[in-house]
Amino acid sequence: MTTRRAAQTRAGYAFLSPWIIGFLVFTAGPMIASLVLSFTDYDTISPPRGIGAANYQQLFSDPRAAVAMRNTLIYAVMYVPTAMAVALALALLLQRLARGAGFFRTVYYLPVMTPPVAVGALFLLLLNGNNGLVNRALALIGVNGPQWTTDPAFLKPGLVIATVWGVGGTMVIYLAALRDVPVELYEAAQVDGASAAARFRRVTLPMISPALFFTLIVLTIHALQMFDQAYTMFYSSSQTQTYGNDAALFYVIYLFQQGFQYLHMGYASALAWLLFAVIVVITVVQIVIGRRFVYYEGERP
Amino acid sequence: MTQLVRAPERTAPAVPMRTAGRVRPRWRRMAYLAAVGVLAVLFLYPLVWLAGAALKPRTEVFDNRLIPRHFAWSNFVEVWQAAPVLAWLGNSAAVGLAAATAVTLSSALVAFGFAYFEFPGRGLCFALLLGTMMLPSAVTLVPVYLIWNRLGLVDTQVPLWAANLFGSAFYIFLLRQFFLGIPRETFEAARLDGASAWQLFWRIALPLARPAMAIVFVFEIQASWNDLIRPLIYLQSPRLYTIPRGLKAVVDQFGQAGEFHWEIVMCTSLLATLPMLVIFAVAQRHFVTGVATTIRRP
Repeated sequence: MTTRRAAQTRAGYAFLSPWIIGFLVFTAGPMIASLVLSFTDYDTISPPRGIGAANYQQLFSDPRAAVAMRNTLIYAVMYVPTAMAVALALALLLQRLARGAGFFRTVYYLPVMTPPVAVGALFLLLLNGNNGLVNRALALIGVNGPQWTTDPAFLKPGLVIATVWGVGGTMVIYLAALRDVPVELYEAAQVDGASAAARFRRVTLPMISPALFFTLIVLTIHALQMFDQAYTMFYSSSQTQTYGNDAALFYVIYLFQQGFQYLHMGYASALAWLLFAVIVVITVVQIVIGRRFVYYEGERP
Repeated sequence: MTQLVRAPERTAPAVPMRTAGRVRPRWRRMAYLAAVGVLAVLFLYPLVWLAGAALKPRTEVFDNRLIPRHFAWSNFVEVWQAAPVLAWLGNSAAVGLAAATAVTLSSALVAFGFAYFEFPGRGLCFALLLGTMMLPSAVTLVPVYLIWNRLGLVDTQVPLWAANLFGSAFYIFLLRQFFLGIPRETFEAARLDGASAWQLFWRIALPLARPAMAIVFVFEIQASWNDLIRPLIYLQSPRLYTIPRGLKAVVDQFGQAGEFHWEIVMCTSLLATLPMLVIFAVAQRHFVTGVATTIRRP
């Protein structure tokens, strides 16, 4: 029996070995390395020079880092609830459809297949303030659309439009969750005379709350790392600012500029650790608060 | 925790059973259908607009007609002369296949290790794995670059796929769930016949896991195809560019900071998107079930 256990252990670790090596080389090692680097001045040419906490001091007095963090948080606050609401609305509509739900699900999912760089290029034109499609459509209902791609106040809402277009993945998650709600619950609620609104609030929402919670966390982490569309639309290696202001300077864009355009590897590492800390704190807060509202089936009330 | 799920209080004594909810009135079904249809147009319009704009002559890109007045098939020639788009598409295909094959096989191997064997330390390893699932990739960007730089592999495509040889947390998690669903007896008979652990994996588990592996494969193809930041970091020679990196170069050169050849930008964008639409047409089932399974936790 002991030889069998030893064999199990040996085989188990043999199968795990790729991941263990990868974890050490590409995750744990780099995490530690970047923590060490964050206390150095390093340009990849001359060896790293220890400078104590100077990078962190610079970090908290760097106006562009502050702008980048602010932009990122504002974008996340705009994007996450919008994406969740749109995805839920789409899923609820599809669920009520007697026929053709599969077809429309495909239609709503298609934008997800568009590469983010192509989304950025496409929406540069669609959001064009003078003759873009979005403003033409707004004009039809009598709204004078803003300069989405140049007015600092509207860059982030414009990016939300471009990214919410790709909300199909979240919608599919909600659809699956809605499908798992037992029909008997609705029937029971109906027998009890619950209105449609009450059924939604008291049955649907609690039953799909694990899916809502999961997407809240994933979408937030995703939004805090916004890069592709914003960089495509507003930045390049020759252009490090958007029209003289930094309304679309997101945190990862700034990290990328510091690390790979200015080769400030030490400072970029400090930026990375601050981002990591912020994401951990936000995720933990979401989990602590979320726990009070999430209902897992099979749990004792 | 419970106030949200308490059964609705009986406000009125037993309302007579209504059929509504099952069979909705006709006008309501029509209203739903109308809403779904309008939204479908909204979601589809930008893609169709892209295809249209890609085929318009330069002066008509901004006319916002869905169907071009004049079809400028010469745009493809223009793109061809402006940038090595075919080479970029080929690069993306090669990198994507390498990345997806590597991550599918390695993740399946590790997932089987987690699912089938019992050994001390498994719980700890699995907790670590779950921890890395949420780890923002931006955090390790700099040190991982330094590794590839030290290995002399910057300005090659190796950094875009080689890390996939070591499995990926989310895929390992997904495949482990699948392996746990296979009844243990399936393996016991073979084991008693003297099959080795490797044979159990290769001959029994892997063939059974084909549907789950297909999900991982198409997810990774798409992730690799979309990746912009790593090609920006690692690729310097334009002939090595993947299509997103190349498209970004086209946007910079011909877009608003450059020469205002938007028809070239749109045509390249369309070429970058089409292969993904083809993959979706072929593997839609895998995408949809894959996304849906991400929430089914143990």
